[in-house]
Amino acid sequence: MTMAEGDLAVAEIAFVRGASIAPRPPPAAMTGVLGWVRANLLSTPFNIGLTIAIVLLLGWAIPELVKFLLIDAVWTGTDRNACLEYVQHREIGACWPFVWERLPYFIYGSYPISERWRVDVFFGMLTIGIVWLLWLNAPRRDLAAIYFFAILPVASFILLSGWAAIGLQPVDTVLWGGVLVTIVVASVGIVVSLPLGILLALGRRSRMPAVRLLSVIFIEFVRGVPLITVLFMAGVMLPLFVPEQLSPDKLVRALVGIAIFASAYMAEVVRAGLQSIPKGQYEGAMAVGLRYWQVMRLIILPQALKVTIPNIVNTYIGLFKDTTLVFIVGIFDLLRTIEVARIDPKWATPVTSTTGYAVAAIFYLVFCYGMSRYARAMEARLAKGDRR
Amino acid sequence: MSGIDNHGPPLLKPAKLNTPIAVEIDDLNKWYGDFHVLRDINLKVMGGERIVICGPSGSGKSTMIRCINRLEEHQAGRLFIDGVELTADLKKIDEVRREVGMVFQHFNLFPHLTVLENCTLAPIWVRKMPKKQAEEVASHYLSRVKIPEQASKYPGQLSGGQQQRVAIARALCMNPKIMLFDEPTSALDPEMVKEVLDTMVELAHDGMTMLVVTHEMGFARQVANRIVFMDEGQIVEASVPEEFFAHPKHERTKLFLSQILR
Repeated sequence: MTMAEGDLAVAEIAFVRGASIAPRPPPAAMTGVLGWVRANLLSTPFNIGLTIAIVLLLGWAIPELVKFLLIDAVWTGTDRNACLEYVQHREIGACWPFVWERLPYFIYGSYPISERWRVDVFFGMLTIGIVWLLWLNAPRRDLAAIYFFAILPVASFILLSGWAAIGLQPVDTVLWGGVLVTIVVASVGIVVSLPLGILLALGRRSRMPAVRLLSVIFIEFVRGVPLITVLFMAGVMLPLFVPEQLSPDKLVRALVGIAIFASAYMAEVVRAGLQSIPKGQYEGAMAVGLRYWQVMRLIILPQALKVTIPNIVNTYIGLFKDTTLVFIVGIFDLLRTIEVARIDPKWATPVTSTTGYAVAAIFYLVFCYGMSRYARAMEARLAKGDRR
Repeated sequence: MSGIDNHGPPLLKPAKLNTPIAVEIDDLNKWYGDFHVLRDINLKVMGGERIVICGPSGSGKSTMIRCINRLEEHQAGRLFIDGVELTADLKKIDEVRREVGMVFQHFNLFPHLTVLENCTLAPIWVRKMPKKQAEEVASHYLSRVKIPEQASKYPGQLSGGQQQRVAIARALCMNPKIMLFDEPTSALDPEMVKEVLDTMVELAHDGMTMLVVTHEMGFARQVANRIVFMDEGQIVEASVPEEFFAHPKHERTKLFLSQILR
């Protein structure tokens, strides 16, 4: 009996494959649209519930939005009467003639009308710079960097604030406003905060105690204070410390405040990235003879920044929206110009405010979503080194 | 364990001992906090000599060779690498690192750069070599480690054995006088150990000065001029392979050998 069992076990264990099994296509339920819907929308009871809830929510919100922004919207008119329900005897949605009439104010603020072409040229130059720099296959991107980081800031400054010597009438920054201010503040914050944040992050990880201490104090102090406070300090307290003729312009002070604030946040984002790089990378780089700055620039930062792209862009998006806080020191950014325009008696109707805020929402959404999409594309491109 | 057995290629000729001293370690001491990790280490390595360092884990063997290119600082004693005394002076450290190549257990390749870029980076930035010339040098060494066809791939796309061979090529591209190997095969799958050891044997045939921390006793027997056995931060025994394996003197050596040799 035991013999027989032993024989049987051996007979089952020994196996030699004859013909090799050829690969077969997957079952139909796994492929196509139906397969995708099954796998992603209806995979579990919870997922089915979620899908239904989202469909209902979209079914309610989208028609409401379309109705307000397009179907019931008023498209022509010269004053508030066009957008008043009891004058028009119909349901009133967005009041577009109000936006249309005040659009120049939303874009340029109180910038002198005869000089507004200068702002247009600035927008044009900025767009060229951004496209050239962000389009990864563009020719001569080294020139793009010089253009964007050296030529553009100087040229824009001269163009926007004026220089009598070359016939550009000076324009006080008090007159700047709207999209112009929002873009200027956001650009300066975005462009300054990354390099400064990187330096602060490296400083915080430095072996030199003095550098480390200064970086920590700077980061923790700036980060521990609300942006509004930073802006107040930049706008109100700074003039108390420096002589009046040296005291910088109000907009410049706000720019510095925003840049410093964003840098402190960026420093912590970059530091997180630096910490994710294994020690072996430093050792490998040092062992081939690279020096500290070469190790950082060629080996550590490219990898650290890559893993922190989502966080960097997150900070940028936050910064872009935080620029609205400059209104608190009396600077007229886009949101502030809308705030001012919506209480203009000429256009005072129940829908004016909603329309104005819708414009602001669309503006910020377009820019922030654009940043987000670009970052996703960039991540996908940089992921090539991770392929296994 | 061993990728190379006793019946393999013939033993290498001993290094010519009239060559200048490549590495001189004088009474080296190092502490991690209170822990005395290296104790009175004395070792002289001649040019062209091949030293295998073995010992139980935690015996300080990795720490010792990492001191040679200053990945670790020592607190007492003196270190001369190719005649240069290694101190806190950054210039000296740079000078030494240019002449000393290192291969790590976990390869430490740069994952964001291609294989070719991994190899050309240091020649371009440290040796200031023109890019084209650096690429020629890199291609030469990638051929020597037998993976010229992988040059445009990223390290993550290669097997462990291939990655370690790239790491060897990367170090060789700096044309170093001394090569340090820190357990180069310990992180590899068994079937890849041989290809890396073969590359190292070839390097030894070419007369490279090598300090190798490894548990590959077959490699040690075939290639080493001297085997250094370390335990508890000290050199316990150092002798030629025949002597080391056939007649170990110290009790700890005997115990160690009985544990790793079957």
